[in-house]
Amino acid sequence: MNHTTKVSFTVNGASRDLDLDNRTTLLDALREHLHLTGTKKGCDHGQCGACTVMVDGRRVNSCLTLAVMHEGDRIATIEGLGEPGNLHPMQAAFVKHDGFQCGYCTPGQICSSVAVLEEIRANIPSHVTGDLTTQTQITEAEIRERMSGNLCRCGAYSNIVDAIVEVAGTKA
Amino acid sequence: MQFDKPATTNPIDQLKVVGQPIHRIDGELKTTGRAMYAYEWHDANLPYVYGYPVGAAIAKGRITAMDVSAAKRAPGVLAVVTTLDVGRREKGKFNTVNLFGGDEIQHYHQAIAVVVAETFEQARAAAGLVKVEYAEERGAFDLREAMAGAAKPDDSQEPDTAVGNFEAAFKAAAVTLEQSYETPDQSHAMMEPHASLAAWNGEELTVWTSSQMIDWWRSDLATTLGVDKEKIHLMSPFIGGGFGGKLFLRSDAVLAAFGAKAASRPVKVALPRPFIMNNTTHRPATIQRIRIGAGRDGRITAIAHESWSGDQPGGQLETAASQTRLLYAGADRMTAMRLATLHLPEGNAMRAPGEAPGLMALEIAMDEMAEKLGMDPIEFRIVNDTQVDPEKPERPFSHRDLVGCLKLGADRFGWSGRERPGARREGNWMIGMGVAAAFRNNLVLPSGARVRLDSQGVVTVETDMTDIGTGSYTIIAQTAAEMMGIGMNKVAVHLGDSRFPVSAGSGGQFGANSSTSGVYAACVKLREAVAAKLGFNSADVVFENGEVRSGNRSVPLAEAAGADGLVGEDKIEWGDLTKTHQQSTFGAHFVEVGVDIATGESRIRRMLAVCAAGRILNPITARSQVIGAMTMGAGGALSEELAVDTRRGFFVNHDLAGYEVAVHADIPHQDVIFMDETDPMSSPMKAKGVGELGLCGVSAAIANAIYNASGVRVRHYPITLDKLIGGLPQLADMSDAYRSRA
Ligand code: FES
Ligand code: FES
Repeated sequence: MNHTTKVSFTVNGASRDLDLDNRTTLLDALREHLHLTGTKKGCDHGQCGACTVMVDGRRVNSCLTLAVMHEGDRIATIEGLGEPGNLHPMQAAFVKHDGFQCGYCTPGQICSSVAVLEEIRANIPSHVTGDLTTQTQITEAEIRERMSGNLCRCGAYSNIVDAIVEVAGTKA
Repeated sequence: MQFDKPATTNPIDQLKVVGQPIHRIDGELKTTGRAMYAYEWHDANLPYVYGYPVGAAIAKGRITAMDVSAAKRAPGVLAVVTTLDVGRREKGKFNTVNLFGGDEIQHYHQAIAVVVAETFEQARAAAGLVKVEYAEERGAFDLREAMAGAAKPDDSQEPDTAVGNFEAAFKAAAVTLEQSYETPDQSHAMMEPHASLAAWNGEELTVWTSSQMIDWWRSDLATTLGVDKEKIHLMSPFIGGGFGGKLFLRSDAVLAAFGAKAASRPVKVALPRPFIMNNTTHRPATIQRIRIGAGRDGRITAIAHESWSGDQPGGQLETAASQTRLLYAGADRMTAMRLATLHLPEGNAMRAPGEAPGLMALEIAMDEMAEKLGMDPIEFRIVNDTQVDPEKPERPFSHRDLVGCLKLGADRFGWSGRERPGARREGNWMIGMGVAAAFRNNLVLPSGARVRLDSQGVVTVETDMTDIGTGSYTIIAQTAAEMMGIGMNKVAVHLGDSRFPVSAGSGGQFGANSSTSGVYAACVKLREAVAAKLGFNSADVVFENGEVRSGNRSVPLAEAAGADGLVGEDKIEWGDLTKTHQQSTFGAHFVEVGVDIATGESRIRRMLAVCAAGRILNPITARSQVIGAMTMGAGGALSEELAVDTRRGFFVNHDLAGYEVAVHADIPHQDVIFMDETDPMSSPMKAKGVGELGLCGVSAAIANAIYNASGVRVRHYPITLDKLIGGLPQLADMSDAYRSRA
């Protein structure tokens, strides 16, 4: 029986070809096979958000999806958003507002933050969205609701929301 | 450097760099995913494989047989090491129960094997094939049941204190309160699972791990493995949170080391999330009884705090009564703490051990007593402030500004707008405010550092201090920059490596003050070396703008260093100022909540903390410590509880879905104010700890706000809606509320 499968996808714009154990999660493909360890493993079963990456523009918990399901997909990770000396605006805002402490949830928070603003702009409703017939506004309540799948035990939430609000404002 | 006299003016007082709001120097690494945590080390010379742990399926008993044949035959498996293979090991000094080795099972999910395979998936699958037979024994898992048999621990744990005659004074008091409170078992739930990568080179062992205390881990790992401590090189430059859960050696490091030996390959092991809550330590539950007697003027005449907690045999108290020895006045007083034997996983330190659960109870009691007296709860606390240790009045506090915190906070928070319980409504929300005092002792530990000045004028600090998110990298760089008169861009900081001088480490809110004091001491040595090299009189030397000056001579530091550079190394050690003076940190927490009149759902609307904690070394990182602690306290008040299966003896909700920490939606904007103060008794930095202070009292402030909102007093944490709903206003009121909202 064949336990491995060849899969090709792009990560941060570069194409990657892997031959993976079918059980390998997208998270472990990134961390263990591609050594892109910026994406974190906090729980390995969808409870913490530390493993958040973008797949074809949508955020996913990469621990909850198998790598072999992503043939041809475009995957974006924290390493692709920016790098030291050349930060993405959201990364810079996190530094400015001290939106982290230990840093372990941080890549997930940042990927999620970027995606959340896109989701609101795309008018995708959330639990706290009031009127579904008008354009959803970027409010602190919307941000908090949509970010609630990203746990931060260091408790940087208040600062994270400040960072996201600032980026939303400067982009609007 | 011996710190045995109060600090006088020193270079830190310039505050050109120290005390300034400087962003984290590791911020770019962390926000770009470039900071490397223990499980993430990789390079071509490290051909590691994967270890996966197996945990005991019973809480107490013995293993009678293990069958690892299927696991060994599984694809990719390189080695299986069982607890029977390694046999009983000498236990590390800081652990209560064994981490690994021998046939005895002391708690559920105690590590009993590690399976090593080429890939993570193979190791995990094979771990599921290990068969174990047990002889199970009965254990004690229910604190309330075990309370009756709880014993007084030996004096080293300071279980009892008493001054005067509490019973008589309590009986004679005009107004009295007697209540019981309960706090649950809590889990650190740091976001980075415990993880280690171990690599042997002959008899030498290198371990990348996630540790708050490098030297403690190194010693205890050496003991457990039976190797010479000097042969172990331990590194932990980035730590994904600890909160006390990574103070003491954990099983991941032990399993990785045994696995690596057996497989003759480097091995990395991370504890799976569902393993962590029962395999590692937790904050023990408490049952507390508080009695307060006061005159009609609100002065406390009698105060007693008793607490019961449980732990494994040989374990320790959760010292929930300790702050009551120091926080409020009162001539006749007593505290007593008793320890029951429980066979749950090991109880041990979690952020602000003792004070966190102690204040959860005491600060509700103070709120209740104020109400009985018809006093404002802030006024009641102010009336009972003390500037001396109430048990030893000859011992003053080094500096104590609880009253200042309460007053400033009341003003900023709009406390005067607080109404009587149940009086304020907004639609279906009942709104209330609560306050609590914050108190945490200021601990100090010896701490060493080495500081190198190179020919480029760059100062490199090396210490085995850790940064668990606390900001150590940044405040240590600030300290070195201030001492050497250079900019932050001329300082490099290397932490968390056992090749560096032993530091205080991170815990007990002693890290920032102790470790920067160690760096201060090392910098004093380096300044002396620079002055000596230049033939300057060290008394009048000034270090400023990258230069060293004496009289009208001035030399760039880079030049002074010369081609070989200069080194200063020292450690700070502490005299008896902590004995002659009580050193503590203080604060006040203010919270506004809404309680849904129909469902009992509590939502936090506003939070403010005012902290008096000596000099604040960096207001950005200090504020983050405090808001993080306030967030943890919100979880503690409203949702966090390890559910005990009292039949099988384990924590049932052992993952992040079942154990509910606060999430974004639970936390409003948070405000923090630091009192502008210094404490020269504390250290040459004149700073104190703040990381745990922020947690102390928050949960009680929330509980008190919920009472003020709803009129329902809950004394059993967490305050979930089922505990409120029976006491909420009747349906007729409710329909009004909903009509007015519509
Ligand atoms: S690691 Fe994927 S959600 Fe926690
Ligand atoms: S920064 Fe530590 S968990 Fe979020």
